[in-house]
Amino acid sequence: MSENDRHHPQQNHFCPAETMSEDEDPCRPSPPPPPPPPEPVSKKTRNCAAVHPSPHSDRVLEIVLEHVLQFLTVRRDRNAASLVCKSWYRTEALTRSDVFIGNCYSVSPARVTTRFPRVRSVVIKGRPRFADFNLMPQNWGAHFGPWVATMGKAYPLLERVYLKRMSLTDRDLCLLADSFTKFKDLVLVCCEGFGTSGLAAVASKCRQLRVLDLSDTEVLYDGVDWISCFPEGETCLESLIFDCVECPINFEALESLVVRSPALKKLRLNREVSIGQLYRLVVRAPSLTHLGTGAFGHPEPQDPNDQEMDYGSAFSACKSLVCLSGFREVMPEYLPAIHSICTNLMSLNLSYANIGVEQFKLLIQHCCRLQVLWVLDSVCDEGLQAVAATCRDLRELRVFPLNAQEDVEGPVSEVGLQAISEGCPKLESILYFCQRMTNAAVVAMSNNCPDLVVFRLCIMGRHQPDHITGAPMDEGFGAIVMNCKKLTRLAISGLLTDRAFAYIGRYGKLVRTLSVAFAGDSDTGLKYVLEGCPKLQKLEIRDSPFGDAALLSGLHHYYNMRFLWMSTCQLSQRGCEEVARALPRLAVELLSYEENEEMDNETVDVLYMYRSLQGPRDDAPQFVRIL
Amino acid sequence: MDMLCHRNIDLEATELRLGLPGTSERPITTPRGNKRPLDDFMEGSSTEDGDHLECPSAAPPSKAQIVGWPPIRSYRKNSLQQKKLGNQAETTTRVYVKVSMDGAPYLRKMDLSIYKGYRQLLIALEDMFKFTIGEYSEREGYKGSEYAPTYEDKDGDWMLVGDVPWEMFACSCKRLRIMKGSEARGLTCCL
Repeated sequence: MSENDRHHPQQNHFCPAETMSEDEDPCRPSPPPPPPPPEPVSKKTRNCAAVHPSPHSDRVLEIVLEHVLQFLTVRRDRNAASLVCKSWYRTEALTRSDVFIGNCYSVSPARVTTRFPRVRSVVIKGRPRFADFNLMPQNWGAHFGPWVATMGKAYPLLERVYLKRMSLTDRDLCLLADSFTKFKDLVLVCCEGFGTSGLAAVASKCRQLRVLDLSDTEVLYDGVDWISCFPEGETCLESLIFDCVECPINFEALESLVVRSPALKKLRLNREVSIGQLYRLVVRAPSLTHLGTGAFGHPEPQDPNDQEMDYGSAFSACKSLVCLSGFREVMPEYLPAIHSICTNLMSLNLSYANIGVEQFKLLIQHCCRLQVLWVLDSVCDEGLQAVAATCRDLRELRVFPLNAQEDVEGPVSEVGLQAISEGCPKLESILYFCQRMTNAAVVAMSNNCPDLVVFRLCIMGRHQPDHITGAPMDEGFGAIVMNCKKLTRLAISGLLTDRAFAYIGRYGKLVRTLSVAFAGDSDTGLKYVLEGCPKLQKLEIRDSPFGDAALLSGLHHYYNMRFLWMSTCQLSQRGCEEVARALPRLAVELLSYEENEEMDNETVDVLYMYRSLQGPRDDAPQFVRIL
Repeated sequence: MDMLCHRNIDLEATELRLGLPGTSERPITTPRGNKRPLDDFMEGSSTEDGDHLECPSAAPPSKAQIVGWPPIRSYRKNSLQQKKLGNQAETTTRVYVKVSMDGAPYLRKMDLSIYKGYRQLLIALEDMFKFTIGEYSEREGYKGSEYAPTYEDKDGDWMLVGDVPWEMFACSCKRLRIMKGSEARGLTCCL
């Protein structure tokens, strides 16, 4: 269990979807015009030295370069190397085996396969994050189809596909299974559009499948029992994650699969799996490192057999367990069974478990090594104080609301935040939903937790001020950008004036991702940010009073960004057209919430713009207008 | 106090009203949350299911829900919604009302939320006070015993138990009174 694990979204503990993905550097499709295609190199193999009998001197250099470049794994380094000269560009392209496409519409599949002919692993991201919250109309795009069609021919040896917020069909999955004989890892985060038939195709045809991860992905149950489709005999499965899949599961088939998967380390079950069934799996797979427990309860009245099950022993036999999640229908009386393994835990996800303060305290007191904790606010400030007292090593905390509403009494507040800041000085990432907050607590956190990289505070009541002083939350967020020198991701909320944005622009020099909602007074706010934050990559804004003047103040920067999202702000079509004119390589999409109508001439519902090498996409639905 | 109730009941009996039995004359008002300009623009997302009994006074109404706010994914929202409802079924807002019986030395308290209908309630009452309630009929009220179960509703009126749907009764019942003897008969005669 290494530190590095956390910084790879694809290896993240729970939901890679909700992790910071910004540790990865943005993939820049090279801004200068593309160089000519590489020379025919069909005779070249990876072990070049063995193959070429009489190299010219520059061929020797190229061979050496190939060997050297293979040591470059970080994307940013590879991008830099490719810009040195044409020869380096070519060689780097030939040796790049991992391709990262941060925005599926920034470049066409053909262009990728032409430039990088020997790819084994591909990461593609589609929809912007605000689409998760229903702010983007359905069927906007991000289809995997064109990608799998092109890659199916170009990359027969492809081993790994990681997709985030993409739409796939069963046919796409079938094509994937048919095209890639050595396919090993399929990770689908926040995806949708397919059903159990597609999964069945992958299960049955990908004989070397190691990883099947469906975190936060929607799967339609079309009657096919995909678990039964894995081939007979031993499998190579190391990771099977389907905790959010709302489909019934053939338990006998699952049990049989677990038994014949000796390499299985990560298993995350959905809530259809009862605690009794979990027991049966755990005793067969005691070497699991990551476990998602499924329901951790049972819907029916207790089977008398259940009472004989010694859950405590079953779990304590799992000596390697470091990451625990699930508890989807938890019955608190079973929680003591996991107390014995708590001391080993590095990650604990209770964010679907409505457990009260006392139960939580009994559990958390054992978790002294915990580094990552996700909980519901049902644990209350008191629960967070218990966390602060025990989990001195905590790096990441997420507190989700049980009751995601405005105007209700919230069980967590500035008290919890203050406690965490005092007890967990190594904190690097926090996501905190609450109903009330004070500047003082946020300032305290900025002082106590200097290692913060991600700070996301969601005060659920819109425009809520500091509930003790009545002041806007400007000073709190200002302190965060000022004092947390490593901060790269920020989400702000509460009553905020342009002053908050001035702070961000002035001090947020490393900020790459910024989320803004219901904040600011005028265009000046957005201007501060666009002019002040040179590293800004992803900017998502909703319901804030920023208009064309502010939009135009960022022209110098938009080519450096992954995307800009602005919904229900004060933009006009004219303003957006001006941006499109000034920056021809930017895809400027205007989305309309009204399905049937032509867009109202003036107001813009949603502006979504991103740099792109391929020009306007041809799969845009009716409600999208590309300028 | 009894006299007052009498008077109220007598007046009640002679009063002409519009509207179905069991409903009050006064319109039920639902106080509206302050609408922000944006509320009109956004359609509501899945609204919070606070009270399926439709009792305006039972829970404070929430503001119109804004799409996508707070920023929680639908999967998580739906998942937790079910949990809340599940919990509510166990720990519903309890509805304790005072129960008085004519001639009894002290009052009792009952939790109406544990009953699913009139039958259960009446059996419980019979058990608690050791008496028998007659057969209910819409035409003649409770016939066959000298007792009649009544309740005071939100408007302060004394009503006969059983006339309105259970849910409506459970919402509007403030206290119960088992009337006895001539009063009870008087009540049933009037109906």
